[in-house]
Amino acid sequence: MPLDLSFAGRSWPPTEPYLVGREKVREFASAIGATDPLHHDPEAARAAGYPDVVAPPTFPTVVTMRASRQIIEDPQLGLDYSRVVHGDQRFAYARQVVAGDSLICVNTVEEITQRGGHDFITTRTDVTTESGEAVLTAWSKLVQRGEER
Amino acid sequence: MSDEFPPQVFRITRADLVRYCGASGDFNVIHWSDRLATKVGLPGVIAHGMFTMALAGRAVTAWAGAADAVEDFSVRFSRPVPVPDDDEGAEVIFTGRVKSTGDDGRTTIAVTATCNGETVLKLAQATIRKR
Repeated sequence: MPLDLSFAGRSWPPTEPYLVGREKVREFASAIGATDPLHHDPEAARAAGYPDVVAPPTFPTVVTMRASRQIIEDPQLGLDYSRVVHGDQRFAYARQVVAGDSLICVNTVEEITQRGGHDFITTRTDVTTESGEAVLTAWSKLVQRGEER
Repeated sequence: MSDEFPPQVFRITRADLVRYCGASGDFNVIHWSDRLATKVGLPGVIAHGMFTMALAGRAVTAWAGAADAVEDFSVRFSRPVPVPDDDEGAEVIFTGRVKSTGDDGRTTIAVTATCNGETVLKLAQATIRKR
């Protein structure tokens, strides 16, 4: 089933806050082999001017993937996740994510297109702190492969 | 900082994928079950695209000399990275070269990523702040 094109331009209410934990940042950094003290040692992070350990650049995916369930699990959109592959990903950072941040996501569908039997959906997630400070924006393009005929 | 960084080689094993599943919360079956991955037409278990992007991030920050230097980071996942169930796993090779440097000291780097000689990330670039 093709995606519901009327979802283009739609936004969702802000998500519940995600509290970035120091151990989660360390766990994520270790999982990708990022050993820099900024990710692991609060003293090193403080010496560099941060309140706590700094998350690696792709860490926000932990937060935005969870938030994007708002979109992909909406039955009206008609997305079959077993046929979905990740097409593009972009992060634009206003600042680094640090442990202790309480992050809120606002999801928007920027574009839905259909081409060659495949569906393409581009989502934008604006991530701020609970107090409204801009932290980053993430864009994901997902491709729903056409069904086998 | 030179205009290019020498190839950085990263190995991805099944154990890495299991660890990344837990750390990222992405438990998609195609990253841990050959049976279910082949069922949806893949050669077998593949790495998370976001794991490959994370390694590209490591290559960039290592070259920049600062783990907190990245201000903008984008990739296109052009081909999956199959990860065989053996001790060697998959090998992904990253290179980068400076595309442009702004007056403000911001530098944009074009990144390449290959696995088995094939490009796995396209249009990959990172903008980093100069220290």
